[in-house]
Amino acid sequence: MPRVFLSGNLKKLAGGAEEIDVEAADIRQLLRVLGERFPDMRPHLEQGIAVAVDGEIYQDGWLEPIAPDSEVHLLPRLGGG
Amino acid sequence: MAKIHVTATVNGDEVEFLCELEETLLDVLRDELHLTGSKEGCASGDCGACSVMLDGRLVCACLVLGVEMEGRSVETIEAMAAGDELHPLQQKFLEHAALQCGICTPGILVAAKALLEKKPDPTETEVRFWLAGNLCRCTGYDKIIRAVLDAAAEMRVS
Amino acid sequence: MSTAEKLENGKFKWVGTRPVRPDGVDKVTGRARFGADLFLPGMLVGRVLRSPHAHARIKSIDTSKAEALPGVKAVVTRDDFKEMPSESVAAGEMMIDYRDMTRNIMAREKVLYDGHAVAAVAAASASVARKALKLIKVEYEVLPHVIGVIEAMEPGAPVLHEAMFTEGVEPTPDTPSNIAARNELGRGDVEAGFKKADIILERTFDTAPVHQGYIENHACVASVSEDGKAELWCSTQGHYMVRAFCAKLLGMDISDLRVTASEIGGGFGGKTIVYLEPVALVLSQKAHHPVKMVMTREEVFRATGPTSGANVWVKLGATKDGKITAAEAVLKYQAGAFPGSPVGPGCMCAFAPYDIENVKVVGYDVVSNRPKVAAYRAPGAPISEYAVECVVDELAEKLGLDPIELRLKNAAKEGTQAAYGPKFGPIGFVETLEAAKSHPHYNAPLGPNQGRGVASGFWFNIGGESCATININEDGTAQLMVGTPDIGGSRASMAMMAAEELGIDLDKVNPVIGDTGSLGFSFLTGGSRVTFATGKAVIVAAGNVITDLRERAAKIWDIPVDAVEWEDGFARPTSSNAGEFDPLSLADIAAMAAKTGGPIAGHAQINAQGAAPGFGTHIVDVEVDKETGRVTVLRYTVIQDAGKAIHPSYVEGQYQGGAAQGIGWALNEEYVYGEDGRMQNTGFLDYRMPVASDLPMIDTQIIEVPNPNHPYGVRGVGETPLVPAMGAVACAVEHALGTRLNELPMSPPRVLKAIGAIGEAQA
Repeated sequence: MPRVFLSGNLKKLAGGAEEIDVEAADIRQLLRVLGERFPDMRPHLEQGIAVAVDGEIYQDGWLEPIAPDSEVHLLPRLGGG
Repeated sequence: MAKIHVTATVNGDEVEFLCELEETLLDVLRDELHLTGSKEGCASGDCGACSVMLDGRLVCACLVLGVEMEGRSVETIEAMAAGDELHPLQQKFLEHAALQCGICTPGILVAAKALLEKKPDPTETEVRFWLAGNLCRCTGYDKIIRAVLDAAAEMRVS
Repeated sequence: MSTAEKLENGKFKWVGTRPVRPDGVDKVTGRARFGADLFLPGMLVGRVLRSPHAHARIKSIDTSKAEALPGVKAVVTRDDFKEMPSESVAAGEMMIDYRDMTRNIMAREKVLYDGHAVAAVAAASASVARKALKLIKVEYEVLPHVIGVIEAMEPGAPVLHEAMFTEGVEPTPDTPSNIAARNELGRGDVEAGFKKADIILERTFDTAPVHQGYIENHACVASVSEDGKAELWCSTQGHYMVRAFCAKLLGMDISDLRVTASEIGGGFGGKTIVYLEPVALVLSQKAHHPVKMVMTREEVFRATGPTSGANVWVKLGATKDGKITAAEAVLKYQAGAFPGSPVGPGCMCAFAPYDIENVKVVGYDVVSNRPKVAAYRAPGAPISEYAVECVVDELAEKLGLDPIELRLKNAAKEGTQAAYGPKFGPIGFVETLEAAKSHPHYNAPLGPNQGRGVASGFWFNIGGESCATININEDGTAQLMVGTPDIGGSRASMAMMAAEELGIDLDKVNPVIGDTGSLGFSFLTGGSRVTFATGKAVIVAAGNVITDLRERAAKIWDIPVDAVEWEDGFARPTSSNAGEFDPLSLADIAAMAAKTGGPIAGHAQINAQGAAPGFGTHIVDVEVDKETGRVTVLRYTVIQDAGKAIHPSYVEGQYQGGAAQGIGWALNEEYVYGEDGRMQNTGFLDYRMPVASDLPMIDTQIIEVPNPNHPYGVRGVGETPLVPAMGAVACAVEHALGTRLNELPMSPPRVLKAIGAIGEAQA
């Protein structure tokens, strides 16, 4: 199962868990499952966050696949000047 | 308030315009004559984006009043190219990629041309100090200085 | 030849060359039309009345006298803008709340900074508009104000927003404060990490807020028709973003607002939000005329930008041989009048260049009575990385190690887990350090009162949504349209990529920036994304054109499309089995377009993923005049990974321009406030940006470690060059002085103060 790493405020919203397993085959599923498991996290997930799958950072990349052995990091949305 | 009637020469042509006392030459060029190549970056003579030649002297158009123009002659960026022929400075700016956003470019070209007319063989330091009144926020000036020096070299040959 | 083969052999026809940019002649002749250069028939002049107070409650606004002035066609105040619910949207680098945005463009209950808009007029002339502003009576109840980040965080500080309770703190405080949010990131165990250290350094830094400093002031022309449809012309980094914000604030359908991006005279992040645009639209709506609004420089300084002033505490621990064992930082960033400083990315970037097992970074987003900060070139990163780089440098000094060697010992590489979480893909940080170490500059001798500094920097770079259309004209030329405003020559690189893909001459490709009515949504020009993301869209669009061209050739030859290949600008049969046909050029096929199905075009609408981060290392030499405190930059070298430079001259230009901005931030730029909370240096004479005589030539070296997620390997280059600059300059100054300032800008008074301190210590 993909391992999802949380830090900062998302970690708090997940009850302090730094690392959780989430059954998900793509980013859309991952966000859905996280929202179900941690309802308080939903506004953050909906506002837009970046998802790094095996080091590759995706923004709004719902359809990007997640492999069973993937390492997933949730990050704040990125922008720039 | 009544506007003042002014007759002046702009880029070789005699023009007449009405201007309010508070209007600057830059306001007149841009808003009355629609010569928008001269830019307003500060309206206080600090950025040089409105550099023009007034009776052969380099000035910031934002520091000259429109009513002062009676009987005088101004040359702007719009008169720099001769027909299809770009001025060597314009050509070198393109070749050296000496502009990014391009807002400061007209003023810098007018100022650089004034320098080369006075001093055909300036050193890098002289170019830097001459152009110290022309702000550029994009380029770090490197390519601008190189383009001016290169244009000067080419103009000396030809 | 395929792109992969071309990359392998380096046999590009256009990519990597230095052609003259397609918009160049317009820019050197004064013909290019920027924000303030549009004139419409019947156009009025719009101007804004701004608050003279840093913090005050608006008791009343009386516009009746202004409205009665002949020539005044419309006056607007807070009453002309509807209340917006609190709703966050991604905008540029930060999330924007429409409730705050509507208050920022026109103050409602309170004015929150000197320069905050309180009313606006549209009049027949500039002089009438100015007179009208003087006739507007605003009654204020002046409130105590607070400017600095530390002061704003203190208990008892004047509170800007009575309903703001710090987010990210458990439990949520029950009293309001100016601390909008606290965030934290990290991994490992910093306490354990510091226990392993032989040396621990703790330092605190202050940085002054600085403005993006674009030379073109904000400008727009709005024209609203009686049927509710509107056109807007403006200088912006993203006209689709302007469209979205204005439509939302005015309650319009997005399709009723057509926005055209003028040429833009610099942005650097500062033109990623709206100020004048919604006001001009409402004025035009009320006045039934087009309205032009142009800010003065003073307005730009008082009411737009800047980036945060900040206070940063950094703690680093390392072993004797220079391995960093733990890193900790606390970042306090000014957000300005409304929440949303770039402290989040500041936290993520602080230690990003280094492979450190134990990291903890805490960030505070703090409001104060200053303009709401806007993105500025790698928003958040230059501040935190400046502080960290200074401590890294001091660490090297204390350990007797070369600062580049120390960085090499700790540098992030492919596979390193970044301090902010995920593992890096292929990155070129080590390459920039190696190049710096062997650069002649790094090994050149120094004179008396001179010092050399070196520092590195990291920035994410982003991708995102971009559209591109290539229409093949009847004569075989190509019309290329993209939706990302061209600030620094991107039309050149877009056209080069299209020409490369299509196999035609560059001068056959005419690139333009489409307005919002001509092309689908494109995210803004920011985040160093255009050459990567819009470039990717151009390449996809060109691929679609080629598919179309092959189909047309197949029809002309009456063979299956699979039997046609596109190579170097020609359709050819894949083999002689397919038949004997002379190759068809793009122009040949274009001429037959009507017979083979109509016009030929390719479109792409993508959300580009896989932007790769940028790393850079800067070397700088300075000389300090100990009598005046003036710092002269003697020599400067920028080394940065570009992935692949499409047009190297404009990549170099980004490196040089970023370094120059960093030099300004390091040495002179700052906001000066009076006791009354009003900005005192609102012009370029007193807000001292680098001029030509302040700088030396800025040498550049382009490293190319390809980004695997772009066909040519492109990674963004625009923002990273600012990041290392302040650290490098600070270390150079400090080496020249033999003492650390830990404060920006290192302006002559501060340098003299530091020297004085040395004198006292020695005495």
